[in-house]
Amino acid sequence: MSLTVGVLAIQGDAHENITSTQIALKELGIDGKVIGVKTTEDISKLDGLIIPGGESTTIGQLSLVNSSLKIIKEKIERGMPVLGICAGMILLSKSVNDHVLGKTNQPLLNLLDIKLERNSFGRQKESFEAEISMNSINIPKFNGVFIRAPSVSDVGPDVEILAKFNEKIIAVKKNNIIAVAFHPELIQDVSLHKYFVNLIKKLKTN
Amino acid sequence: MLPLSGERIDAKGIIKDESDSMNILRGTSTLKRGFAHMLKNGVIMDVTTVEQAQIAEEAGAVSVMVLDKLPSDVRKAGGVARTASIRIIEDIADSVTIPVMAKCRIGHVYEAKILQETNVDMIDESEVLTPADETHHIWKWDFTTPFVNGARSLSEALRRIEEGAAMIRTKGEPGTGNVAEAVTHIKKVNDELRIIKSIYDSGDNQDLVRIARDFKVSYDIVEETAKLGRLPVVNFAAGGIATPADAAYLMSLGCDGIFVGSGIFNANDVKERARAIVLATTFWNESDKVKEAQKMIDERQSMLGLDVKTLELRMQERGGSA
Repeated sequence: MSLTVGVLAIQGDAHENITSTQIALKELGIDGKVIGVKTTEDISKLDGLIIPGGESTTIGQLSLVNSSLKIIKEKIERGMPVLGICAGMILLSKSVNDHVLGKTNQPLLNLLDIKLERNSFGRQKESFEAEISMNSINIPKFNGVFIRAPSVSDVGPDVEILAKFNEKIIAVKKNNIIAVAFHPELIQDVSLHKYFVNLIKKLKTN
Repeated sequence: MLPLSGERIDAKGIIKDESDSMNILRGTSTLKRGFAHMLKNGVIMDVTTVEQAQIAEEAGAVSVMVLDKLPSDVRKAGGVARTASIRIIEDIADSVTIPVMAKCRIGHVYEAKILQETNVDMIDESEVLTPADETHHIWKWDFTTPFVNGARSLSEALRRIEEGAAMIRTKGEPGTGNVAEAVTHIKKVNDELRIIKSIYDSGDNQDLVRIARDFKVSYDIVEETAKLGRLPVVNFAAGGIATPADAAYLMSLGCDGIFVGSGIFNANDVKERARAIVLATTFWNESDKVKEAQKMIDERQSMLGLDVKTLELRMQERGGSA
Protein backbone atom coordinates (compact mmCIF):
# COMPACT_ATOMS: atom_id res chain seq x y z
CA MET A 1 0.00 0.00 0.00
CA SER A 2 1.36 3.39 -0.97
CA LEU A 3 0.12 6.67 0.46
CA THR A 4 -0.36 9.87 -1.50
CA VAL A 5 -0.05 12.89 0.76
CA GLY A 6 -0.78 16.32 -0.66
CA VAL A 7 0.24 19.75 0.55
CA LEU A 8 -2.02 22.57 -0.63
CA ALA A 9 0.34 24.73 -2.71
CA ILE A 10 -1.84 27.76 -3.43
CA GLN A 11 0.12 30.10 -1.18
CA GLY A 12 2.36 29.76 1.87
CA ASP A 13 5.08 27.39 3.02
CA ALA A 14 4.03 24.25 1.12
CA HIS A 15 7.60 23.23 0.30
CA GLU A 16 8.69 22.95 3.97
CA ASN A 17 5.72 20.66 4.66
CA ILE A 18 6.58 18.50 1.67
CA THR A 19 10.12 18.05 3.04
CA SER A 20 8.94 17.29 6.60
CA THR A 21 6.38 14.75 5.34
CA GLN A 22 8.96 13.05 3.12
CA ILE A 23 11.28 12.69 6.13
CA ALA A 24 8.37 11.39 8.23
CA LEU A 25 7.51 8.72 5.62
CA LYS A 26 11.14 7.67 5.39
CA GLU A 27 11.65 7.46 9.16
CA LEU A 28 8.47 5.42 9.53
CA GLY A 29 9.41 3.17 6.61
CA ILE A 30 6.05 3.82 4.97
CA ASP A 31 5.83 3.75 1.21
CA GLY A 32 4.34 6.94 -0.18
CA LYS A 33 4.77 10.14 -2.10
CA VAL A 34 4.22 13.76 -1.20
CA ILE A 35 3.02 16.27 -3.76
CA GLY A 36 2.16 19.95 -3.86
CA VAL A 37 -1.46 20.25 -5.02
CA LYS A 38 -3.45 23.14 -6.49
CA THR A 39 -6.10 21.70 -8.77
CA THR A 40 -9.26 19.69 -8.05
CA GLU A 41 -7.81 16.89 -10.16
CA ASP A 42 -4.67 16.61 -7.96
CA ILE A 43 -6.69 16.87 -4.76
CA SER A 44 -9.11 14.11 -5.78
CA LYS A 45 -6.26 11.55 -5.75
CA LEU A 46 -5.10 12.23 -2.20
CA ASP A 47 -5.15 9.99 0.88
CA GLY A 48 -4.35 12.94 3.15
CA LEU A 49 -3.87 16.69 2.90
CA ILE A 50 -1.84 19.33 4.72
CA ILE A 51 -3.08 22.90 4.56
CA PRO A 52 0.09 24.86 5.29
CA GLY A 53 0.86 28.18 6.90
CA GLY A 54 0.40 31.31 4.84
CA GLU A 55 -2.19 34.05 4.68
CA SER A 56 -5.60 32.49 5.29
CA THR A 57 -7.45 35.24 3.40
CA THR A 58 -5.29 34.65 0.32
CA ILE A 59 -5.41 30.84 0.45
CA GLY A 60 -9.17 30.90 1.04
CA GLN A 61 -9.98 33.32 -1.77
CA LEU A 62 -7.74 31.63 -4.31
CA SER A 63 -8.87 28.09 -3.55
CA LEU A 64 -12.41 29.38 -3.99
CA VAL A 65 -11.51 30.64 -7.48
CA ASN A 66 -10.50 27.24 -8.84
CA SER A 67 -13.06 25.21 -6.82
CA SER A 68 -10.40 23.38 -4.82
CA LEU A 69 -12.01 24.58 -1.56
CA LYS A 70 -15.17 22.65 -2.45
CA ILE A 71 -13.46 19.35 -3.21
CA ILE A 72 -11.27 19.65 -0.11
CA LYS A 73 -14.40 20.04 2.02
CA GLU A 74 -16.10 17.07 0.37
CA LYS A 75 -13.06 14.83 0.79
CA ILE A 76 -12.62 15.75 4.45
CA GLU A 77 -16.32 15.12 5.10
CA ARG A 78 -15.88 11.68 3.55
CA GLY A 79 -13.03 10.98 5.97
CA MET A 80 -9.78 12.15 4.35
CA PRO A 81 -7.29 13.08 7.09
CA VAL A 82 -6.27 16.73 7.07
CA LEU A 83 -3.64 18.66 9.02
CA GLY A 84 -4.28 22.39 9.14
CA ILE A 85 -1.35 24.54 10.21
CA CYS A 86 -1.87 28.16 11.31
CA ALA A 87 -3.66 29.52 8.19
CA GLY A 88 -4.85 25.94 7.67
CA MET A 89 -6.34 25.89 11.17
CA ILE A 90 -8.18 29.11 10.37
CA LEU A 91 -9.56 27.70 7.12
CA LEU A 92 -10.84 24.53 8.83
CA SER A 93 -12.77 26.41 11.48
CA LYS A 94 -16.41 27.46 11.58
CA SER A 95 -16.09 30.90 13.09
CA VAL A 96 -13.21 33.36 12.94
CA ASN A 97 -12.58 36.64 14.70
CA ASP A 98 -9.55 38.87 14.31
CA HIS A 99 -7.79 40.03 17.49
CA VAL A 100 -8.10 43.70 16.41
CA LEU A 101 -10.73 43.84 13.68
CA GLY A 102 -13.35 41.45 15.10
CA LYS A 103 -15.47 39.33 12.78
CA THR A 104 -13.75 38.58 9.48
CA ASN A 105 -15.47 37.92 6.22
CA GLN A 106 -13.28 35.28 4.57
CA PRO A 107 -13.93 31.96 2.83
CA LEU A 108 -13.74 29.04 5.30
CA LEU A 109 -14.12 25.26 5.10
CA ASN A 110 -16.51 25.37 8.03
CA LEU A 111 -15.63 21.91 9.36
CA LEU A 112 -14.25 22.32 12.87
CA ASP A 113 -16.55 23.47 15.62
CA ILE A 114 -14.05 25.83 17.27
CA LYS A 115 -14.10 29.49 18.17
CA LEU A 116 -10.94 30.89 16.66
CA GLU A 117 -9.15 34.18 17.09
CA ARG A 118 -6.71 35.32 14.37
CA ASN A 119 -3.44 37.04 15.31
CA SER A 120 -4.28 36.05 18.85
CA PHE A 121 -0.80 36.58 20.31
CA GLY A 122 -0.22 39.90 18.51
CA ARG A 123 1.78 41.00 15.50
CA GLN A 124 5.11 39.63 14.25
CA LYS A 125 7.23 41.21 17.02
CA GLU A 126 5.23 39.10 19.50
CA SER A 127 5.74 35.88 17.52
CA PHE A 128 7.51 33.34 19.74
CA GLU A 129 9.02 29.93 20.23
CA ALA A 130 8.13 27.90 23.31
CA GLU A 131 8.08 24.31 24.48
CA ILE A 132 4.65 22.71 24.32
CA SER A 133 3.32 19.20 24.90
CA MET A 134 0.74 17.08 23.16
CA ASN A 135 0.55 14.21 25.64
CA SER A 136 -2.61 12.62 24.28
CA ILE A 137 -0.86 11.86 20.98
CA ASN A 138 2.43 10.86 22.64
CA ILE A 139 4.40 13.99 21.80
CA PRO A 140 5.32 15.16 25.31
CA LYS A 141 7.90 17.73 24.20
CA PHE A 142 7.70 19.85 21.07
CA ASN A 143 9.17 23.20 20.05
CA GLY A 144 6.16 25.34 19.15
CA VAL A 145 6.93 28.04 16.59
CA PHE A 146 4.12 30.60 16.72
CA ILE A 147 4.12 33.17 13.91
CA ARG A 148 1.28 35.72 14.11
CA ALA A 149 -0.53 32.67 15.36
CA PRO A 150 -4.24 32.13 15.93
CA SER A 151 -5.64 30.46 19.03
CA VAL A 152 -8.87 28.75 19.97
CA SER A 153 -10.96 30.07 22.84
CA ASP A 154 -13.67 27.42 22.83
CA VAL A 155 -14.35 24.03 21.26
CA GLY A 156 -17.53 22.12 20.41
CA PRO A 157 -18.46 18.93 22.31
CA ASP A 158 -16.75 16.45 19.97
CA VAL A 159 -13.47 18.37 19.51
CA GLU A 160 -10.49 17.05 21.46
CA ILE A 161 -7.94 19.52 22.84
CA LEU A 162 -4.40 18.34 22.09
CA ALA A 163 -2.45 21.24 23.56
CA LYS A 164 -2.77 24.53 25.39
CA PHE A 165 -0.33 27.35 25.89
CA ASN A 166 -0.90 30.06 28.44
CA GLU A 167 -4.54 28.97 28.83
CA LYS A 168 -5.08 29.33 25.08
CA ILE A 169 -5.95 26.24 23.01
CA ILE A 170 -3.34 25.77 20.28
CA ALA A 171 -3.94 22.25 18.92
CA VAL A 172 -7.19 20.33 18.40
CA LYS A 173 -8.41 17.10 16.82
CA LYS A 174 -11.72 15.81 15.67
CA ASN A 175 -11.63 12.34 14.08
CA ASN A 176 -9.73 12.85 10.80
CA ILE A 177 -9.10 16.57 11.32
CA ILE A 178 -6.05 17.95 13.14
CA ALA A 179 -5.47 21.68 13.47
CA VAL A 180 -2.49 23.42 15.09
CA ALA A 181 -1.67 27.09 15.61
CA PHE A 182 2.12 26.58 15.42
CA HIS A 183 4.50 25.53 12.64
CA PRO A 184 5.89 21.97 12.91
CA GLU A 185 7.31 22.28 9.36
CA LEU A 186 9.84 24.94 10.37
CA ILE A 187 11.78 22.74 12.81
CA GLN A 188 13.88 19.57 12.57
CA ASP A 189 11.54 17.46 14.72
CA VAL A 190 9.02 15.72 12.45
CA SER A 191 7.03 13.93 15.17
CA LEU A 192 3.75 15.70 14.38
CA HIS A 193 4.14 14.93 10.66
CA LYS A 194 4.83 11.31 11.64
CA TYR A 195 1.69 11.20 13.74
CA PHE A 196 -0.28 12.58 10.79
CA VAL A 197 1.21 10.09 8.32
CA ASN A 198 0.33 7.24 10.69
CA LEU A 199 -3.23 8.56 10.91
CA ILE A 200 -3.48 8.60 7.10
CA LYS A 201 -2.20 5.03 6.96
CA LYS A 202 -4.63 3.86 9.65
CA LEU A 203 -7.65 5.50 8.03
CA LYS A 204 -6.70 4.22 4.58
CA THR A 205 -6.38 0.65 5.86
CA ASN A 206 -9.81 0.78 7.49
CA MET B 1 12.61 22.90 8.03
CA LEU B 2 14.36 26.23 7.60
CA PRO B 3 17.92 26.97 6.58
CA LEU B 4 19.44 29.12 9.31
CA SER B 5 22.74 29.86 7.53
CA GLY B 6 24.50 32.95 8.83
CA GLU B 7 22.28 33.20 11.93
CA ARG B 8 23.71 34.89 15.02
CA ILE B 9 22.42 33.25 18.15
CA ASP B 10 23.90 36.10 20.24
CA ALA B 11 21.69 38.67 18.43
CA LYS B 12 20.42 41.50 20.64
CA GLY B 13 17.06 41.29 18.88
CA ILE B 14 16.41 37.88 20.45
CA ILE B 15 14.32 38.40 23.57
CA LYS B 16 14.00 35.81 26.32
CA ASP B 17 10.82 36.03 28.33
CA GLU B 18 10.96 33.81 31.37
CA SER B 19 7.94 35.14 33.18
CA ASP B 20 5.11 32.87 34.37
CA SER B 21 7.54 29.92 34.54
CA MET B 22 7.43 29.78 30.75
CA ASN B 23 10.40 30.03 28.50
CA ILE B 24 9.58 32.14 25.49
CA LEU B 25 11.93 33.31 22.76
CA ARG B 26 11.14 36.17 20.40
CA GLY B 27 13.04 37.52 17.41
CA THR B 28 14.88 34.28 16.57
CA SER B 29 15.95 33.55 12.99
CA THR B 30 13.35 30.77 12.83
CA LEU B 31 10.61 33.29 13.63
CA LYS B 32 11.97 36.02 11.34
CA ARG B 33 12.75 33.83 8.35
CA GLY B 34 9.68 31.70 9.07
CA PHE B 35 7.47 34.78 8.80
CA ALA B 36 8.86 35.44 5.31
CA HIS B 37 8.19 31.81 4.36
CA MET B 38 4.48 32.36 5.10
CA LEU B 39 4.41 35.00 2.35
CA LYS B 40 5.63 32.65 -0.37
CA ASN B 41 3.71 32.53 -3.65
CA GLY B 42 2.05 35.75 -2.63
CA VAL B 43 1.92 39.38 -3.68
CA ILE B 44 2.95 42.25 -1.41
CA MET B 45 1.46 45.56 -2.52
CA ASP B 46 2.73 49.10 -1.93
CA VAL B 47 -0.03 51.26 -0.46
CA THR B 48 -0.30 54.83 0.78
CA THR B 49 -3.81 54.91 2.30
CA VAL B 50 -6.24 52.75 4.30
CA GLU B 51 -8.48 52.49 1.25
CA GLN B 52 -5.65 51.12 -0.89
CA ALA B 53 -4.70 48.64 1.86
CA GLN B 54 -8.26 47.32 1.95
CA ILE B 55 -8.33 46.96 -1.83
CA ALA B 56 -5.05 45.02 -1.59
CA GLU B 57 -6.42 42.69 1.08
CA GLU B 58 -9.62 42.06 -0.87
CA ALA B 59 -7.59 41.31 -3.98
CA GLY B 60 -5.72 38.57 -2.06
CA ALA B 61 -2.43 40.32 -1.24
CA VAL B 62 -0.42 38.52 1.47
CA SER B 63 0.82 41.79 2.92
CA VAL B 64 0.88 45.53 2.33
CA MET B 65 3.89 47.86 2.34
CA VAL B 66 3.12 51.36 3.60
CA LEU B 67 4.84 54.29 1.93
CA ASP B 68 4.36 58.03 2.00
CA LYS B 69 4.40 58.09 -1.82
CA LEU B 70 4.43 55.32 -4.42
CA PRO B 71 7.93 54.85 -5.90
CA SER B 72 7.02 56.51 -9.22
CA ASP B 73 5.73 59.54 -7.30
CA VAL B 74 8.92 59.59 -5.20
CA ARG B 75 10.78 59.80 -8.50
CA LYS B 76 8.62 62.71 -9.72
CA ALA B 77 8.69 64.59 -6.43
CA GLY B 78 12.46 64.50 -5.96
CA GLY B 79 13.79 65.81 -2.64
CA VAL B 80 14.38 63.51 0.32
CA ALA B 81 12.11 60.48 0.65
CA ARG B 82 11.61 59.33 4.26
CA THR B 83 9.62 56.70 6.17
CA ALA B 84 5.81 57.04 6.04
CA SER B 85 3.65 58.87 8.62
CA ILE B 86 3.29 56.73 11.72
CA ARG B 87 -0.41 57.59 12.03
CA ILE B 88 -1.10 56.25 8.54
CA ILE B 89 0.84 53.06 9.28
CA GLU B 90 -1.18 52.58 12.49
CA ASP B 91 -4.48 53.30 10.75
CA ILE B 92 -3.66 50.74 8.07
CA ALA B 93 -2.58 48.16 10.67
CA ASP B 94 -5.97 48.62 12.36
CA SER B 95 -7.92 48.12 9.13
CA VAL B 96 -6.52 44.92 7.62
CA THR B 97 -5.85 41.41 8.98
CA ILE B 98 -2.85 40.75 6.72
CA PRO B 99 0.69 41.73 7.81
CA VAL B 100 1.76 45.34 7.43
CA MET B 101 5.27 46.34 6.38
CA ALA B 102 6.87 49.76 6.08
CA LYS B 103 10.06 51.15 4.58
CA CYS B 104 12.91 52.89 6.33
CA ARG B 105 15.92 54.62 4.76
CA ILE B 106 19.07 52.57 4.23
CA GLY B 107 21.18 52.80 7.40
CA HIS B 108 18.59 54.83 9.30
CA VAL B 109 18.62 52.95 12.61
CA TYR B 110 16.08 55.25 14.26
CA GLU B 111 13.48 55.15 11.52
CA ALA B 112 13.78 51.38 11.91
CA LYS B 113 13.46 51.55 15.71
CA ILE B 114 10.35 53.69 15.34
CA LEU B 115 8.85 51.20 12.89
CA GLN B 116 9.60 48.38 15.34
CA GLU B 117 7.87 50.35 18.10
CA THR B 118 4.94 50.94 15.73
CA ASN B 119 4.70 47.15 15.57
CA VAL B 120 4.94 46.70 11.81
CA ASP B 121 5.38 43.04 10.88
CA MET B 122 8.44 43.59 8.69
CA ILE B 123 10.75 46.50 7.90
CA ASP B 124 12.02 47.12 4.36
CA GLU B 125 15.40 48.89 4.43
CA SER B 126 14.77 50.35 1.04
CA GLU B 127 16.61 52.11 -1.75
CA VAL B 128 13.31 53.73 -2.77
CA LEU B 129 13.90 56.15 0.11
CA THR B 130 16.92 58.45 0.29
CA PRO B 131 19.80 56.62 2.04
CA ALA B 132 20.74 57.96 5.47
CA ASP B 133 24.13 56.25 5.57
CA GLU B 134 26.18 55.83 2.40
CA THR B 135 28.51 53.20 3.86
CA HIS B 136 26.54 51.13 6.35
CA HIS B 137 23.28 49.29 6.33
CA ILE B 138 21.41 48.70 9.57
CA TRP B 139 22.76 45.90 11.81
CA LYS B 140 19.47 44.07 11.73
CA TRP B 141 20.40 41.49 14.39
CA ASP B 142 19.68 44.23 16.95
CA PHE B 143 15.98 44.11 16.04
CA THR B 144 13.19 41.73 17.01
CA THR B 145 11.17 42.74 13.94
CA PRO B 146 12.37 41.02 10.74
CA PHE B 147 13.84 42.94 7.79
CA VAL B 148 13.71 42.60 4.03
CA ASN B 149 16.47 44.08 1.87
CA GLY B 150 16.98 44.59 -1.84
CA ALA B 151 19.84 42.99 -3.79
CA ARG B 152 21.08 42.98 -7.37
CA SER B 153 23.54 40.12 -7.03
CA LEU B 154 24.35 37.14 -4.82
CA SER B 155 27.13 39.01 -3.02
CA GLU B 156 24.80 41.88 -2.13
CA ALA B 157 22.13 39.40 -0.95
CA LEU B 158 24.60 37.52 1.27
CA ARG B 159 25.95 40.77 2.77
CA ARG B 160 22.43 41.74 3.73
CA ILE B 161 21.71 38.29 5.19
CA GLU B 162 24.90 38.49 7.27
CA GLU B 163 23.64 41.84 8.61
CA GLY B 164 20.44 40.05 9.65
CA ALA B 165 18.01 40.37 6.72
CA ALA B 166 15.32 37.66 6.99
CA MET B 167 14.18 38.08 3.40
CA ILE B 168 15.65 39.34 0.13
CA ARG B 169 14.02 40.95 -2.86
CA THR B 170 15.52 41.98 -6.16
CA LYS B 171 15.99 45.72 -6.43
CA GLY B 172 14.88 46.06 -10.03
CA GLU B 173 14.40 49.72 -10.84
CA PRO B 174 11.56 51.00 -8.63
CA GLY B 175 8.84 53.27 -9.93
CA THR B 176 9.50 52.64 -13.61
CA GLY B 177 6.85 50.08 -14.58
CA ASN B 178 9.75 48.44 -16.37
CA VAL B 179 10.51 44.87 -15.37
CA ALA B 180 13.83 44.56 -17.20
CA GLU B 181 16.08 45.33 -14.23
CA ALA B 182 14.27 42.91 -11.91
CA VAL B 183 14.73 40.21 -14.56
CA THR B 184 18.44 41.02 -14.82
CA HIS B 185 18.88 40.88 -11.04
CA ILE B 186 17.12 37.58 -10.46
CA LYS B 187 18.98 35.97 -13.37
CA LYS B 188 22.29 37.22 -12.02
CA VAL B 189 21.56 35.81 -8.55
CA ASN B 190 20.49 32.48 -10.09
CA ASP B 191 23.60 32.29 -12.29
CA GLU B 192 25.88 33.01 -9.34
CA LEU B 193 24.09 30.40 -7.23
CA ARG B 194 24.63 27.82 -9.97
CA ILE B 195 28.33 28.69 -10.10
CA ILE B 196 28.95 28.38 -6.35
CA LYS B 197 26.88 25.19 -6.21
CA SER B 198 29.02 23.59 -8.89
CA ILE B 199 32.19 24.71 -7.09
CA TYR B 200 30.83 23.20 -3.86
CA ASP B 201 29.94 19.96 -5.63
CA SER B 202 33.43 19.77 -7.10
CA GLY B 203 34.92 20.04 -3.58
CA ASP B 204 37.12 23.05 -4.43
CA ASN B 205 37.16 24.79 -1.05
CA GLN B 206 39.95 27.13 -2.11
CA ASP B 207 37.73 28.59 -4.81
CA LEU B 208 34.90 29.07 -2.28
CA VAL B 209 37.33 31.00 -0.06
CA ARG B 210 38.21 33.18 -3.05
CA ILE B 211 34.51 33.84 -3.66
CA ALA B 212 33.87 34.71 -0.01
CA ARG B 213 36.68 37.31 -0.20
CA ASP B 214 35.34 38.61 -3.48
CA PHE B 215 31.79 38.85 -2.05
CA LYS B 216 33.04 40.44 1.21
CA VAL B 217 31.15 37.88 3.30
CA SER B 218 32.16 35.02 5.59
CA TYR B 219 33.27 31.70 4.21
CA ASP B 220 30.56 29.91 6.21
CA ILE B 221 27.64 31.64 4.55
CA VAL B 222 29.12 31.04 1.09
CA GLU B 223 29.62 27.37 1.84
CA GLU B 224 26.15 26.90 3.31
CA THR B 225 24.48 28.77 0.44
CA ALA B 226 26.50 26.78 -2.10
CA LYS B 227 25.41 23.57 -0.45
CA LEU B 228 21.74 24.64 -0.52
CA GLY B 229 21.97 25.87 -4.11
CA ARG B 230 19.61 28.71 -3.23
CA LEU B 231 19.50 31.71 -0.91
CA PRO B 232 19.03 30.68 2.72
CA VAL B 233 16.09 33.11 2.96
CA VAL B 234 12.98 33.73 0.87
CA ASN B 235 13.66 35.73 -2.29
CA PHE B 236 10.95 37.91 -3.87
CA ALA B 237 10.94 39.89 -7.12
CA ALA B 238 10.52 43.66 -6.93
CA GLY B 239 11.01 46.77 -8.99
CA GLY B 240 8.98 47.65 -12.07
CA ILE B 241 6.33 44.90 -12.02
CA ALA B 242 3.17 46.30 -13.65
CA THR B 243 1.15 43.48 -15.21
CA PRO B 244 0.05 39.87 -14.50
CA ALA B 245 2.43 38.73 -17.25
CA ASP B 246 5.36 40.46 -15.46
CA ALA B 247 4.48 38.68 -12.21
CA ALA B 248 4.14 35.24 -13.83
CA TYR B 249 7.41 35.69 -15.73
CA LEU B 250 9.34 36.51 -12.53
CA MET B 251 7.75 33.58 -10.69
CA SER B 252 8.91 31.33 -13.55
CA LEU B 253 12.49 32.52 -12.97
CA GLY B 254 12.36 31.03 -9.48
CA CYS B 255 11.23 33.97 -7.34
CA ASP B 256 9.29 33.04 -4.21
CA GLY B 257 6.77 35.85 -4.62
CA ILE B 258 6.19 39.38 -5.89
CA PHE B 259 6.31 42.95 -4.63
CA VAL B 260 4.27 45.42 -6.67
CA GLY B 261 5.05 49.07 -6.12
CA SER B 262 3.58 51.70 -8.39
CA GLY B 263 2.25 49.16 -10.89
CA ILE B 264 -1.15 48.75 -9.25
CA PHE B 265 -2.14 52.00 -7.61
CA ASN B 266 -0.69 54.18 -10.37
CA ALA B 267 -2.69 52.31 -13.00
CA ASN B 268 -6.25 53.30 -13.86
CA ASP B 269 -7.81 49.87 -13.29
CA VAL B 270 -6.68 49.35 -9.70
CA LYS B 271 -9.02 46.63 -8.43
CA GLU B 272 -8.92 44.44 -11.53
CA ARG B 273 -5.16 44.78 -11.77
CA ALA B 274 -4.55 43.96 -8.10
CA ARG B 275 -6.66 40.82 -8.39
CA ALA B 276 -5.17 39.86 -11.76
CA ILE B 277 -1.57 40.12 -10.49
CA VAL B 278 -2.45 37.90 -7.50
CA LEU B 279 -4.04 35.30 -9.79
CA ALA B 280 -1.07 35.31 -12.18
CA THR B 281 1.36 34.89 -9.25
CA THR B 282 -0.56 31.95 -7.79
CA PHE B 283 -1.16 30.14 -11.08
CA TRP B 284 2.00 31.26 -12.92
CA ASN B 285 2.69 27.79 -14.27
CA GLU B 286 -0.75 27.45 -15.88
CA SER B 287 -0.63 29.57 -19.05
CA ASP B 288 -4.40 29.59 -19.56
CA LYS B 289 -4.94 31.08 -16.11
CA VAL B 290 -2.22 33.71 -16.65
CA LYS B 291 -3.93 34.64 -19.89
CA GLU B 292 -7.27 34.98 -18.09
CA ALA B 293 -5.56 37.21 -15.52
CA GLN B 294 -3.93 39.34 -18.21
CA LYS B 295 -7.34 39.68 -19.87
CA MET B 296 -8.69 41.29 -16.70
CA ILE B 297 -6.48 44.33 -17.26
CA ASP B 298 -6.40 46.84 -20.07
CA GLU B 299 -2.96 47.81 -21.35
CA ARG B 300 -4.27 51.32 -22.06
CA GLN B 301 -4.74 51.64 -18.28
CA SER B 302 -1.18 50.53 -17.35
CA MET B 303 1.21 53.09 -15.95
CA LEU B 304 3.22 54.60 -18.77
CA GLY B 305 6.58 53.35 -17.61
CA LEU B 306 10.12 54.62 -18.03
CA ASP B 307 13.13 53.49 -20.02
CA VAL B 308 15.78 52.69 -17.43
CA LYS B 309 18.63 53.93 -19.67
CA THR B 310 17.39 57.52 -19.61
CA LEU B 311 16.83 57.75 -15.85
CA GLU B 312 18.59 60.45 -13.89
CA LEU B 313 18.06 58.62 -10.62
CA ARG B 314 18.95 54.94 -10.47
CA MET B 315 17.56 53.88 -7.08
CA GLN B 316 19.04 50.39 -7.42
CA GLU B 317 22.56 51.79 -7.04
CA ARG B 318 21.83 53.14 -3.59
CA GLY B 319 23.65 51.12 -0.95
CA GLY B 320 24.81 48.64 -3.57
CA SER B 321 28.53 48.72 -2.85
CA ALA B 322 28.14 48.61 0.94
